[in-house]
Amino acid sequence: MSNNDKKVQILDFEKPLYDAENKIEEFKKMSSETKINYDDQIKKLEEQTKVYKKELYEKLEPYQKLQIARHPQRPNFMDYVQFMCEEFIELHGDRHGCDDKAIAGGIARIEGHNVMLIGTMKGKSTKENLECNFGMPQPQGYRKALRLFEHANRFDLPIITLVDTMGAYPGMLAEEAGQGEAIAVNLKEMAKLSVPTIAVITGEGCSGGALGLAVSNKVMILEHAYYTVISPEGCASILWKDASMARVATDALKITGEDLLKFGIVDEVIKEPTGGAHYDAKQMADNLKEALLKALDEFKSMDEEQIREQRYSKFRSMGVFLQ
Amino acid sequence: MTLTDWFNKRKIQQIAARDNDIHIDDSVGKLWTLCYNCSSQLPKKDLENNLMVCPNCDYHFRIGAKERIKLIADEGSFIEMYSNIKPCDPLNFVDTQSYKMRQQSASAKSGLDEAVIVGTCLIDNQKTAIAVMDFEYMGGSMGSVVGEKITRILEYALENRLPSIVFTASGGARMQESALSLMQMAKTSCIVAKLNEAKLLYITVLCEPTFGGVTASFGTIGDIIIAEKGARIGFAGRRVIEQTIRQKLPADFQTAEYLLKCGQIDFIVERKNMKEKLSKLIFLHTKK
Repeated sequence: MSNNDKKVQILDFEKPLYDAENKIEEFKKMSSETKINYDDQIKKLEEQTKVYKKELYEKLEPYQKLQIARHPQRPNFMDYVQFMCEEFIELHGDRHGCDDKAIAGGIARIEGHNVMLIGTMKGKSTKENLECNFGMPQPQGYRKALRLFEHANRFDLPIITLVDTMGAYPGMLAEEAGQGEAIAVNLKEMAKLSVPTIAVITGEGCSGGALGLAVSNKVMILEHAYYTVISPEGCASILWKDASMARVATDALKITGEDLLKFGIVDEVIKEPTGGAHYDAKQMADNLKEALLKALDEFKSMDEEQIREQRYSKFRSMGVFLQ
Repeated sequence: MTLTDWFNKRKIQQIAARDNDIHIDDSVGKLWTLCYNCSSQLPKKDLENNLMVCPNCDYHFRIGAKERIKLIADEGSFIEMYSNIKPCDPLNFVDTQSYKMRQQSASAKSGLDEAVIVGTCLIDNQKTAIAVMDFEYMGGSMGSVVGEKITRILEYALENRLPSIVFTASGGARMQESALSLMQMAKTSCIVAKLNEAKLLYITVLCEPTFGGVTASFGTIGDIIIAEKGARIGFAGRRVIEQTIRQKLPADFQTAEYLLKCGQIDFIVERKNMKEKLSKLIFLHTKK
């Protein structure tokens, strides 16, 4: 069931599907070895599996989506760069003594559009993960992003941010360097930018750490990605005083693209390949690229003031209350 | 009586006595307050007369929004605004208790209908827009209403070209409104961006405690960032950090004094000097 060369890690709820597909393979092998014709049975089984597969992935529970969003083989920022960009020159450093690897960025060319492409970086091996701190930026990472925002603003480059983070890093040095302030300044400065900004939540969009890159004219989310104020585990341990209630908290927090669309928090949900982005990174990148090009087009005719005003009024209207 | 009986009897007596102790403590609690810092028993009246600051160790007790406004505003000058904005429950959120129930008990506990009071007042005769958060209402957490009220009062400051001050006291964004709470961080920061562009003074006073989404939005983007003495201020909670880095943190970690050393705030003010300091700051920033 994989299009990748590397074997896909199966999630617990995919197990029955995986077993059924293995059975079919076994039948096929047996039929060719024994020269007995099982074609009818195989065909029937394949039909059934197909229906089951469709149902399984169309009716994913929030918690299952969460597992897909956190899949260790989910395409990361550099995968998207590779699949989407004709050119990419990475720019490093915050110019204040640090280059946080959890946030990467650079000037890119996508289908003839020059853009500033910035994203949180997760690794695929332990070594890579340690290097980029499991995708949890330090304050210096947000300041690096801010430097790139300002650069893009100066040279009229639209800004695309790809967000996949468990949140800003909760460490002692991070606090001393002003984690809260670094995020807050980004929120404020992103509001001032006069180039179009597009953010895509590609995996995990947890709390202020994600928002620090996503005060954008258009915010999109991948089909199985999630966006929330706190991780379901964190929420469960605070409100239920029991981290094992994460599944219930996931439902309560309404973190899926569908729910976020309803509340106007995201503008668009981008379709993923069947089973999730990790089954076909190339296809995912194509879908993402198409959505990005469409979004870039939407802002083409707007002048600087209109771009700022559109962004401002979009965030101004967020929230639900009585009056 | 066997020895076991004797022990049992003594145990029962002890438990009964313990209940009595608690009872006595309860009635005393109304007149006396224990200082969290130096553990001295303080007569409540004395404490209140001293602006809720321990006379022995200078520990600043938390105070409510209404009390704080009294300390800052010229007498009778505060005019509350946007109090018609009330919370609802857009997600139908239920944890061990429903969000609606939590709102009700928070109102009963704090006498407020949300975690912030906003309005205008005079500070030594200088008209100022202020927002004051109250920790008693659901830990001062920021949901749609807090975000909206703060945004509105800052918009009012923008339209009328007033200086503005926000007093924070919050555990962070309100989980019961999930991503809607998160977006309040963006909303409030966007209006501060507009104040910046209009060159209007925006001061934040970080009070005990200020954490999470409030630290990471309107709290730390003041033109001047002040902390009240002894306040604990941070992004992540102390326990979360200790679990992540697997180290004990210094005792004064995330206090106002610690943050001053790290260059994160402009200065620390004692409660009794707060009004004077704010008044001077506004005066020095106003074109004459």
